[in-house]
Amino acid sequence: MAVRTEPFVLNMGPVHPSTHGVFRMRVTLDGEVVVDIEPVFGYLHRGIEKLAEQRTYAGIIPLTDRLDYISSMNNNFAYCLAVEKLAGIKVPERAEYIRVIISELQRIAALLIAVGAFLNDCGAFFTPFLYMFRERERIVDLFEMVSGQRLTYNYLRVGGVSQNLPEEFLPALRKFMDMMPRFMDEYDRLLQQNEILIARAKGVGILTAEQAINCSISGPVLRASGVKWDIRKDDPYSIYDRFDFDVPTQPAGDCYDRYRQRVEEMRQSLRIIEQAMKQIPSGPVRAEVPHLIHPPVGEAYGRIECPKGELGFYLVSDNSIAPYRCHIRPPSLINLTALRDMVRGWKVADLIIIFGSIDITVGEIDR
Amino acid sequence: MTVALSGKEVAIKIEEKFPGSVVESGLDNLVVKVDSLLDIARFLKEADGLEFNYLNFVTAVDYYDHFAVVYRLSSLKHNHSLTVKARCYDRENPALPSVTGLWQGADFQEREIYDLFGIRFEGHPNLKRIFLWEGFEGHPLRKDFI
Repeated sequence: MAVRTEPFVLNMGPVHPSTHGVFRMRVTLDGEVVVDIEPVFGYLHRGIEKLAEQRTYAGIIPLTDRLDYISSMNNNFAYCLAVEKLAGIKVPERAEYIRVIISELQRIAALLIAVGAFLNDCGAFFTPFLYMFRERERIVDLFEMVSGQRLTYNYLRVGGVSQNLPEEFLPALRKFMDMMPRFMDEYDRLLQQNEILIARAKGVGILTAEQAINCSISGPVLRASGVKWDIRKDDPYSIYDRFDFDVPTQPAGDCYDRYRQRVEEMRQSLRIIEQAMKQIPSGPVRAEVPHLIHPPVGEAYGRIECPKGELGFYLVSDNSIAPYRCHIRPPSLINLTALRDMVRGWKVADLIIIFGSIDITVGEIDR
Repeated sequence: MTVALSGKEVAIKIEEKFPGSVVESGLDNLVVKVDSLLDIARFLKEADGLEFNYLNFVTAVDYYDHFAVVYRLSSLKHNHSLTVKARCYDRENPALPSVTGLWQGADFQEREIYDLFGIRFEGHPNLKRIFLWEGFEGHPLRKDFI
C-alpha cells in the first residue's frame, strides 16, 4: 500500500550553508519529493541602480564591484564597455590586452569557486573547495599586485585601466600559467570519474536547450544544455576576435554537465591568457578622458560574457554627469528562472545540488 | 558579430501585418503601441527571418510624462538583435501585457519592474514584489521617489 503524505512547506534560508549568500526558498514537499518551490529575493537589496543615478559615471565603478563580488573585474569591464559605447571613447591597445588578461583570470577564479561550492553541496565537504581556493589565492595575489585589493578591485577605468601592470606581474603570471594546467589535471583525476559525484549529479536536474533559451539562461548553464552561444565568440567585444579559442558545450544539460562545462571553460581561459601574454604591446593604458564625462543624449547596452552568463549594463544618458538610468542585466537572477521546473520531482538533497550547479551570487540578484 | 537590425525595416514588416501599431522607429529600435505589444512580440518571435527567440532583458525608464518599457530581443539562430519599446502614459495605474507566455525569462524581470516602478503586467502568473516587502510605500526607481 502506498503511503500518502500531507504537503509540507519547508523554509530554506535566507541563512543556510547551501544558499550561497542570503537567498531563501519556500519549498513545498510531498514526503521528501519537491512539489514546488518559490524563491524569495531581496535580502541584499541595496538599490544600486538608484544609487547610480546620483553618481558620476566614474563614481559608479566601485558600486559595480559589489554586484557579483566573486568576479568584480568582470563587472567593472561590462560597465566600462557600456560607458565607452555611450560616449564613443576608444581604449588604448595595451589596456585592451590588460583587460582581457585580467578578465580571464577573474573568470578562472570565479569558476573555481563555482565548482568548489558545487562539490561542497554534493557532500565533498570542503576538500575540493580548499584545493580550489589554493589556486584562487594565487590569482588574488596577482590582482593585489595590480590594484592593491583582494576582493573589490575597482581597477578598470572608463577608457582603460587605473594603472599599468607592475614589473613583477608578467613573470608572476607566467609562473601561475605554468602551474595551473597541472592543477586542473589534478582536479580531473580526483573528480571526473568520481563514483559519488557521478551518482549524485549525472541525469539530475536536466535543463533542455529549448527551455534554456526560452528562460533567457546564459553562460555555462546555457552551454551545458548544448547551445553553442558565447558572447566572446558570437558578439566579440574588446579584442576577443583576435584570440583562438573554442566554445565547449555539453550534451545532456544535467548537473554533471554543468560542472564539466565550467572545467572546460577554465582551460579555454588559459588558452586566451597564453595568447594575450604573447601579444601584449607597450604603450599607454588609459585614454584621455575628462574627469566628468558628459555622454551625448542617447542609450547604450554594453555586455560581456561573465563567468555566470551575459552581464550587461543598459545606460540612458541625458547629457549630464550622471546616467539618467543605469539598468544592470543580472545573469544570476535570470538563470534562476528555470530553477522551479528543474527541481520539481527531485528530492530535497537533489534540490541543493541543482541549485548549486546554477552558480549564483546574491549580490548580483538583489543589486 | 550580432547585427543590430534596422528598426525602420522591421517596422515596415510589422506595419504590413498590424497597420498603425508602430509609433516610431529608429536605427536599432522601435516604439510600438501598448495595445498591440503582445501581437507584435508574438510576430517577432515567430516570423521567418526574424525569430527573436531570446529575450536579453526587460527594463523600464521613467521619463516623468511616461514610462518606457524596454525589451531587448535577440535571435540565437540568426544572431541579430532589436530593441522594442512601449510607452505607458498613465502614472496612477500603468499597465502593460506580460510577455512571460512568450519568453519565460521575463518572469522575474517583470516582477522587478512592478516592484521598483509600479507598472502592472497583465497576465503575469505571479505578480508580486520581488525585492521589497509587501506594504513598502512607493516605487524607488521612479524619478519622483526621493
